[in-house]
Formats: sequence, structure tokens, C-alpha cells
Amino acid sequence: MGLTKRLIACLDVKDGRTVKGVQFESLRDMGDPVALAGYYTEAGIDELVFLDISATNERRKTLTGLVKRIAREINIPFTVGGGISSIADVDALLEFGADKVSVNTAAINDQSLIENLSKRFGSQCVVVAIDAKQTADDWLVYKNGGTVATKIPVTSWVKTAQDLGAGEILLTAINNDGTKSGFANELYNSISPYLRIPVIASGGAGNAQHFAEVFTQGNADAALAAGIFHNRMLGVPALKQFLLTQNIPVRI
Amino acid sequence: MIAILKYNAGNVCSVAFALRRLGVDAVVTDDVVVLGGADKIIFPGVGAAGAAMAYLREKRLDEVICSFQKPLLGICLGMQLMCSFSAEGNVDCLDIFSQKVRRFDDGECLQHVGWNQIKQLSSPLFKGIAEDEYQYFVHGYYAEISARTIAVTNYENAFSAALQRDNFYGVQFHPEKSGPVGQRILQNFLSL
Repeated sequence: MGLTKRLIACLDVKDGRTVKGVQFESLRDMGDPVALAGYYTEAGIDELVFLDISATNERRKTLTGLVKRIAREINIPFTVGGGISSIADVDALLEFGADKVSVNTAAINDQSLIENLSKRFGSQCVVVAIDAKQTADDWLVYKNGGTVATKIPVTSWVKTAQDLGAGEILLTAINNDGTKSGFANELYNSISPYLRIPVIASGGAGNAQHFAEVFTQGNADAALAAGIFHNRMLGVPALKQFLLTQNIPVRI
Repeated sequence: MIAILKYNAGNVCSVAFALRRLGVDAVVTDDVVVLGGADKIIFPGVGAAGAAMAYLREKRLDEVICSFQKPLLGICLGMQLMCSFSAEGNVDCLDIFSQKVRRFDDGECLQHVGWNQIKQLSSPLFKGIAEDEYQYFVHGYYAEISARTIAVTNYENAFSAALQRDNFYGVQFHPEKSGPVGQRILQNFLSL
């Protein structure tokens, strides 16, 4: 089978609790992040992403204590994001057990952040997260947790991020986020010819078929979901069994 | 005492947490005396080979590694630095394993990121591990296959997923991040 497609669970954390919104708004409480992290690891998820979603807006530093409690528990790759804007921020997170960090708004405001982080910590450590919204004629990059529009087309930003040393791209389609109507497959497929680093698709997972589609039609290397996993609508083992029946390689 | 070698290219925290889950409190150190007196050394590493080798030489950690008589495990960049030469920065390395480290190449620098299978397992390090189990990899350079190869993985080409010469072990993947199978491999190393 060789290299597999990856399934990633995302913990959006605000004030120490896991939350989930629809199109980045109307947040609902989904439980204790440490308990959820343990549950996903047991269930066979391939990777975990922790995003402190209040960090940028409220200018808070990521909750390093919570990061450490999760990192101690889990034996799978662990990415942490939210409010990261300096080498010192990343140093602290790696010290608390993160394997990779994801940067978003700060990298848009200062592109040299990607280059500086990848030189200091290696590309494998730097995930560039991008929130994208489909407008009349293009997918554009949004910042500050999806609240501030930029004029940057997604295609141009992913290429820039890759050239600056990003190790992976985590691309969230705001239009699809929380809708459970499927991933933005055409978006992922449109950027894949430009990229030699992995793309993690995010936003819109509603059933197992959606995952199969984002891997086959969207050409994504990994798929990230939150709500559908948190409310136990779709179990990780059942999802992996389904993907195997579709001849999509996954770790079991 | 288990020592984790601390240097400028290590994310030592994940390894320390993994050992703690196995009930072992490792010492994280760059002190050559402490390292020399350890029962086992884990030599992790992520980042660039050139800067890492310069740092190891400056701190004389290269001598500690090469003269160590007990089990030593290099992980990811740690394993690559135990080879003779790395194309990443064109740097001479520790030469514990005679093969060279090359770049996955399709004209562009290609990264092997994710879970892949390990095959042709032939070492006590893999006791109780089945063929084709998955481990987590993240690297753009690889060690060639040689007589020292104790596990093989296929990406663009077949490469050494693990190496062994006497008391020296190296794994390209991250057992500390590879679920229960990775945990078993670490346990096997601790039991050597």
C-alpha cells in the first residue's frame, strides 16, 4: 500500500474547552480537549491538530499547559496553532511537546515568519494554515480567524508559502466549514499541481464518502475534521474500513 | 540510566514523553560525561544535517556517539547523521554506517510525510513487530540500502527505514510518534 492518506482530528479550543462552529461562527461546547485527544488516539486517528482559536483575536498566547497535558497522553503527531508569531512562541510549544506548529495570520502579515521558522526548526515543523473563502471569481485568503478579507488568491499564497519553506499546507474552506456537505474538492484539486508538499483538506466533512472524494477528486494528502468526529457521527475505525473498500490506502 | 542527547536539532520533548509512557524517566543532556556513563543513548533529531554536524563537532558530542559501547538509537536526522555523508548540506557525517544520505528527487525537493510500511525486518529491534506495519515518517532525504539495512520502506524508491551495526541502531521513522507499534519498538530498544 505504501504511503497512506492521513485522517486528522482537529481540536478547536477556546478558554480551555473544545468548541465547534459553523462557518467559523456560533460556537458550541464539544468537551474536554485532553479527554478527546486520548479518545482519538485510541480510535486510530493518524494525527491531531490543536488550534487555540481565541488566540489571535484576544491576543493571548496559546495555552501551553493544555498542550503539555495533551502531548504527554498521545503517541501520534501533534500540531499546535493559534497566535503564533515568533521563534520564541514556537520554542515554547516544542518544549511543551508539540511536533509541528501551524501559523496563519502572522504569516500573512509578515511572510518572513515562515522562512525564519523553517530555517530554525526545519520545514517539517511548519504547517501554514490558510482560511479561504470563495468569492465571485476566486478563492481568496482570509485572516484573523476568517474575519478579515485579503485580496490574496489562495493559489498564489500556497505557492509563496511553499517557496518560503512551509512543510505542509492546511487549507480550510470557510464556505464548507461546519456544513457537513462535503469538502471543497475543486479547490484542493486546483492547487495540487503547484505543490510538492502535502495538503491537508479541512471544512465540510459530513460522511465517509466525503473523505473518499477529497482524496480521489480533491487529490488531498490528508483530511481534517472536527464536528463529525466530536459528536461521534462517524467513528475513525469505521471510516478507515470504508476507505479501504474504496482502495484508498490508510493505516489500520 | 537512559540519556537523550540534547543538541541544536532535536525535538527531545516528544521522545522524553514517549519514554515516560513506558515508565522510564530519561535524562536529557549534552554533557559528554553523563552521556558516556549512560546505559543507553537516544539520539533524536529534526532539522538540517549541516548545522547539526557542526554543532556536534564543536561540543565534541561526535566522539561520545562514535565511542559509545552500549545500545544507541538514532531517530530520523539522528540516524542520517550516523551515515558517512549527507547530501543535505554536502557534509561528512559520523560514518558509523557506511552508506550515504541522498535526496528524494524528481527534479524538486520531495518530502516523504506520513504513515508508511516497514518491511524485511531483521533485528531484535523489531521483535514481535509484523511485516508491513505502519510508522510515521517526515523527511526529504534518505539512507541508501546496504548490508546494515534492517528494515526497508518504499517511497520514490526503496530506502533504509532502519539500520544496525553492532550496538548502533538507527530508524528513519519516528517510533515516539507512531502509535502502539512505535511504542513496542522503543520498548524493544530499552530491553536490548
